[in-house]
Amino acid sequence: MEAIVVEALRKRYGEVQALDGVSFSVREGEVFGLLGPNGAGKSTTVRCLVTLTKPDDGSASVAGRDVRRETAAVRKAIGYVPQDSGVDGFGTGRENLMLQGRVQGMGGRELRERAEELLELVGIADAADRIVRNYSGGMRRRLDIALGLVHRPRVLFLDEPTTGLDPEARVAMWEEVSRLAQAESLTILLTTHYLEEADQLADRLAIVSQGKVVVEGTPTELKGRLAGDAVQVEVENGEVGRTQEVLAGVGARPEQVLDGRTVVARVEHGGRALPGIISALEGAGVSVASVSVSRPSLDDVYLHFTGRDFGQEDRAA
Amino acid sequence: MTVARHTWYMTVRQARNLMREPIWIALLLVQPMVWLILYGQLFKNLTRLGGFGTTSYITFLAPAIVVMNAFFGATWSGMSMINDLDHKVVERFLATPASRLSIVLSQIVRSAITAAIQALIILLVSLALGVRIHAGALGWIVIMVAGVLVNSAFAGLSQAIALLTRREATMIAVANFIGLPLLFLSTTMNARSQMPHWMREVARFNPVDWGVQAAREVALPGTSWSSVGWHLLLLLALTAVTAAWATRTFGAYQRSL
Repeated sequence: MEAIVVEALRKRYGEVQALDGVSFSVREGEVFGLLGPNGAGKSTTVRCLVTLTKPDDGSASVAGRDVRRETAAVRKAIGYVPQDSGVDGFGTGRENLMLQGRVQGMGGRELRERAEELLELVGIADAADRIVRNYSGGMRRRLDIALGLVHRPRVLFLDEPTTGLDPEARVAMWEEVSRLAQAESLTILLTTHYLEEADQLADRLAIVSQGKVVVEGTPTELKGRLAGDAVQVEVENGEVGRTQEVLAGVGARPEQVLDGRTVVARVEHGGRALPGIISALEGAGVSVASVSVSRPSLDDVYLHFTGRDFGQEDRAA
Repeated sequence: MTVARHTWYMTVRQARNLMREPIWIALLLVQPMVWLILYGQLFKNLTRLGGFGTTSYITFLAPAIVVMNAFFGATWSGMSMINDLDHKVVERFLATPASRLSIVLSQIVRSAITAAIQALIILLVSLALGVRIHAGALGWIVIMVAGVLVNSAFAGLSQAIALLTRREATMIAVANFIGLPLLFLSTTMNARSQMPHWMREVARFNPVDWGVQAAREVALPGTSWSSVGWHLLLLLALTAVTAAWATRTFGAYQRSL
C-alpha cells in the first residue's frame, strides 16, 4: 500500500520553475528521504503534499487522499514539521501542544494525556511549562515534532529536521526519528541536504535536483549501482589528461574531473589497486598532490546521477 | 460552529500571551493619559467658546479619548499578524484543519478585547478626575461598545494591510499616515460648531467621529439615543466590511504560498 504517491508535480514561482515534474512514491510504514541541495525543490514538494501550496500541474495523494481536492482529509491524516518551526514563541510548550490538538479536533482528557505522553516521548517534559522563546534549538525542534504528532497522524512530514542543530543534537535527533517511526508506526517523509542523514535514516530515498527526481531507491541499491570504489587523484600542473590515460591503462575507469585538477575514477577494489595506480602515475612522471580511496557514498551517487558535486552545488544555492 | 470554536482557541492564545506582558497594556495607556490629563488641562478654557454641551472640557474630552485610544490601538493590530506570518505560525495552522477564518477573526477579537480593557481603565481614571457620565452605567457600556467597534473596524483594515504588505515598515507608515488626520478630522478635541465648515463636512464620513459622537451623546446631558444607535450601527456595518476584506486578503495570501 502506498502512503504517498506523487506524479509529475509542477510548480512555478515567477521565473523559477521550482518543481519540474516531480514523481515518486512512498510505501506505508517506511522512512523516505528526499535528498538534494538547497533550492532543489524538496521543500516545495513537501509544501504541496501538506496542502500549503497548490501545484500548477500534476497530482499527488497522501494516505489515499488527493492533496488538491480532499484537503480537509489530508490535513487530518498528516503531521507537518516545517523547516522553520512555526511554534508560538510567547506561549509555553504545553500551550502550543494543546492548541495544536484542539484545532485537530481533540479535547478534554484525551488531549491532556496525549500532550503529556508526547512531552515525555520527545524528552521536554521538564520544560513543558516554560516559554518557548527560552528553549534551546534542539528543544524547540523536539517540540516541533511533538506538535506534528499530537493527533496521531498516519504520515509525518519532516522538512530539514536537523538543520541548525549542532552535530551532537543532530545524532540525537536521528535516533529520535527512528524511534518515533517505530513507536507511532508512522510513514515518514523527510527532506535533507545532509547525505549522511539520508544514509542513516531513510529506508528509501529519492535524489532531487533542479525540480526533478533524478533517481529513487534504497541507499544500498543506489550505491550498488556504482560498481566499485572511487579513487580520487589530485594532480599538480594540470596534468589531468595524462592522468586519465594512465588510470585507464591500469584498469581504472575515469568518470569525472573536479575543479580541473582532481580525477575521479572507479576501480573494483580500491585498496588493492592503489599501489599499482601510484607507481604507474610516478612512472609516467605525473606529480600527484593527493590520492584517496573511498567506498561508494551518496556523494558519489549524487555526482554520478546529476553530474554535479553535491557540496559545491549546496553551497552555491 | 467550527469557526467560532477555533476563533475562541486562537483568541485565548493571543490573550494569554498579552496577559504575560501586562506592561504593554500599561505602556499603551500612557498616551491617552497624557491627552486626558495634560491636554485636558491645557485647553480647559476652550468650553467658553460655547457649543460643547458642557462647561467641563475634560467631561467633553474623556469619552472621545476612549474612542481615540481604541482607534490608535487598531491601526497597530496588524503587527501581531505580521509577527505570526514571519514566525510561520500561520503556515503551521494552515497545514491543519484549523478554520482559516478564525486565524483572521481572532486577531480582530484580540484587538477588541485590548481596546475594551483600556476603555475601562480610561473611564475609571476619568471618574477619579471628576468626570461623570450622564447616562450612568448604560453610558459606560455605550462608550466601551463605541471603542470596541471603532477598534474592530480599523483592526480589520490593519489586518488586510498586514496581509497585503507583510512588512512592519509599511504597517508603521500606514498607521502614522491615517492616525493623526482621522483624529483631527473629528470632533474628538473640539466642538462641531467651532470647526471650519469643510472639516465638519469631512468629519461626517469619518468612522472615528461616528464612535466619538456615540460616546459623547451618552456622556453629556440631552442624550439622543437615536444618534447613538445610528452611529453604532454604522460602525458595525463598517466592521463587517473590513473584516470581510481582511478575510479576502487572507485568501490571496494563501494562494501566494
